[in-house]
Amino acid sequence: MAGDAPLLDVRDLSVSFRSGGRDVPIIENVSFAVCEREILGIVGESGSGKSVTAMAIMRLIDDPGVTLRGSVRFRGQELTTLPQKAFRTIRGREIAMIFQDPMTAFTPVYTVGWQIDEAIRVHERLSKAEARARTVRLLGDMGVPDPERTANRYPHQLSGGLRQRAMIAMALSCNPALLIADEPTTALDVTVQAQILDLLRNLRTDYGSAVMLITHDMGVVAETCDHVMVLYSGRVAERGPAAAIFSQPAHPYTAALLDSIPPLTGPRPTRLPSIAGAPPAPLERPPGCAFAPRCHYAHAACDILPPLVRCAEQEVACVLPGEGKALPPRMTERVEA
Amino acid sequence: MTDILKAHDLCKDYRLSHGKTLRALDHVSLTVRSGEVLGLVGESGCGKSTLGRCLLRLTDLSSGNILFEDQDISRMNDRALRPVRRRMQMVFQDSYASLNPKRRIGDLVAEPLRVHPDANGKKRSRQVIEVRLEELMDLVSLPHSALARYPHEFSGGQRQRINIARALALSPRLIVADEPVSALDVSVQAQIVNLFTDLKEQLGLTYIFIAHDLAVVRQISTRVAVMYLGAIVELGDTDAVMQTPAHPYTMALISAVPKPVIGAHDERILLHGDVPSPISPPSGCRFHTRCPKAEGRCSAEAPALRDIGNGRQVACHFPLH
Ligand SMILES: Nc1ncnc2c1ncn2[C@@H]1O[C@H](COP(=O)(O)OP(=O)(O)OP(=O)(O)O)[C@@H](O)[C@H]1O
Ligand SMILES: Nc1ncnc2c1ncn2[C@@H]1O[C@H](COP(=O)(O)OP(=O)(O)OP(=O)(O)O)[C@@H](O)[C@H]1O
Ligand code: SF4
Ligand code: SF4
Ligand SMILES: [Mg+2]
Ligand SMILES: [Mg+2]
Repeated sequence: MAGDAPLLDVRDLSVSFRSGGRDVPIIENVSFAVCEREILGIVGESGSGKSVTAMAIMRLIDDPGVTLRGSVRFRGQELTTLPQKAFRTIRGREIAMIFQDPMTAFTPVYTVGWQIDEAIRVHERLSKAEARARTVRLLGDMGVPDPERTANRYPHQLSGGLRQRAMIAMALSCNPALLIADEPTTALDVTVQAQILDLLRNLRTDYGSAVMLITHDMGVVAETCDHVMVLYSGRVAERGPAAAIFSQPAHPYTAALLDSIPPLTGPRPTRLPSIAGAPPAPLERPPGCAFAPRCHYAHAACDILPPLVRCAEQEVACVLPGEGKALPPRMTERVEA
Repeated sequence: MTDILKAHDLCKDYRLSHGKTLRALDHVSLTVRSGEVLGLVGESGCGKSTLGRCLLRLTDLSSGNILFEDQDISRMNDRALRPVRRRMQMVFQDSYASLNPKRRIGDLVAEPLRVHPDANGKKRSRQVIEVRLEELMDLVSLPHSALARYPHEFSGGQRQRINIARALALSPRLIVADEPVSALDVSVQAQIVNLFTDLKEQLGLTYIFIAHDLAVVRQISTRVAVMYLGAIVELGDTDAVMQTPAHPYTMALISAVPKPVIGAHDERILLHGDVPSPISPPSGCRFHTRCPKAEGRCSAEAPALRDIGNGRQVACHFPLH
């Protein structure tokens, strides 16, 4: 394996569900890569297909009407065709996942510590005492106060922030190379979110893990991620280094999205720049660019689905760069910290 | 500017099982000026919704007084409250749950117009209601055809427009908006925030705008009140509070907001731990368990909310200025 080959390489991943006698395309030809110790942010509005992408990679979609196409390679190995048994050794051990609601990861009937001990013992031959020692260390690493005692508590006895930390501890229990985190802080208060994001940022140095972070919050992406992929209505709109995307978004959707966030400092605009309308439902997606009905720059050429093309440091699914009309850099005075 | 609402020393206790009580509002006083937008911020469970509901008398107070348009409404019974209710309305977060899926939009928005009599104490005729419904659709920028459709046919942002139209039906003076944009995607959120701004200008409304998103509150509010564990810890003009917070909690809260700028987290103030349980709040200053500036006095003595000039109030022994 080449030294800089990506850890996770997703190519042309498409997922559709059978509904009302039709295949409803949820995500279409989504491609991206996550390198070792990298944090990739996947952003998009509600329904854009972020969770479906993650669930498809983890093979957690158990809908009988699902059709999955494309390739998911982990350390060069194809995951989509891997037999269940072989896949199970990868899931949990090499790739772990955490969710918005930690109650989905824990069962209410056992203590948090017992559940983390078991997660460790599924993948490694350790005695109960050895597993517990590791559980306590992990909880401590995750900033859980008094980890010995907390381990003996039931999920519902913990605050939201502590449950989230316990879930991350469980996900990290086998030192996965990749952690997929689906909106891990959305349900948390900002002061607690700040703590959890700090923790995720430090995983690469403390645990050597890469992170695929799913969020709808551009602020979370800016503060946490190295690379970003922007999804719009099930398709990749733009992807590239976070620094480039925040200073010079190349897709009109990304640019409009950033503009519509009210600033926390600097002058307050009388009205916020906003994007008219809402993203199309999968079956109402136009054959051309899905953003066209809401796009300032839409013109005849946009009726044909624009492929991802390189523009500066990122890749963008828009016809503008090819027409020599790339977007101007963002006004940066209003985003200064 | 006149004051539309004055709340003095409000307390709200919830009785829990096992004979415990939870003090959701702990001696809260505030004044809302006519035509302003007072933002209410703070973390989950600090009492924002409880305060909003108490101010509109949707929840009974445990103690304290509320003057609305110079009328003491704190102990009014439902009958006496009816004419007052027309003048104060609430808009909630969950636009889907608040609209009955089986009823048409026209029906839903017309409901307050049918229930409440008009200014002359008379029942409104069908024609009057029809005309008003179309006016309301224009106000919230929905087509008149929306009136004949059902809630599920609309997106989240459109449903929130419908909720706003319903709240506006009786031409209220004061609107308490409880997290009205929290469930919406950013691109849609901006549309609704703008709608609130436009309606306020157009109709001369007053808002109490509750949100946990500080950037949204900053965008829309003229003044802002920051709450922590059932109490107001800081209150003042939005720009002043956001630029130079005086309470260490306000400072930490602003600092914790993820900003869409690369490298912004470098100077973050990280608070430790979670918000303590309101069932057994910390002694003295309720923030002392997490406050980076706490000193001995803080755990012993509760700081009162006091004026520090320029209409700013802060509850801290050692304000940042
Ligand atoms: N099992 C399923 N059958 C049919 N449609 C589905 C199924 N799972 C998801 N979808 C649809 O796929 C689309 C994308 O869903 P997904 O959960 O990936 O969105 P998301 O980007 O994660 O949104 P959110 O930010 O709300 O979590 C939605 O329109 C959803 O209704
Ligand atoms: N009906 C009730 N019975 C008992 N406790 C309640 C009740 N309603 C609210 N509480 C408690 O009162 C406190 C304040 O709740 P409130 O809903 O006002 O907070 P909030 O600031 O609106 O929070 P959020 O941001 O989560 O909406 C919380 O601790 C809450 O658990
Ligand atoms: S392809 Fe056309 S419609 Fe789509 S984002 Fe680019 S300019 Fe806008
Ligand atoms: S009174 Fe003390 S503990 Fe409370 S906010 Fe001020 S400095 Fe912090
Ligand atoms: Mg999701
Ligand atoms: Mg609330």
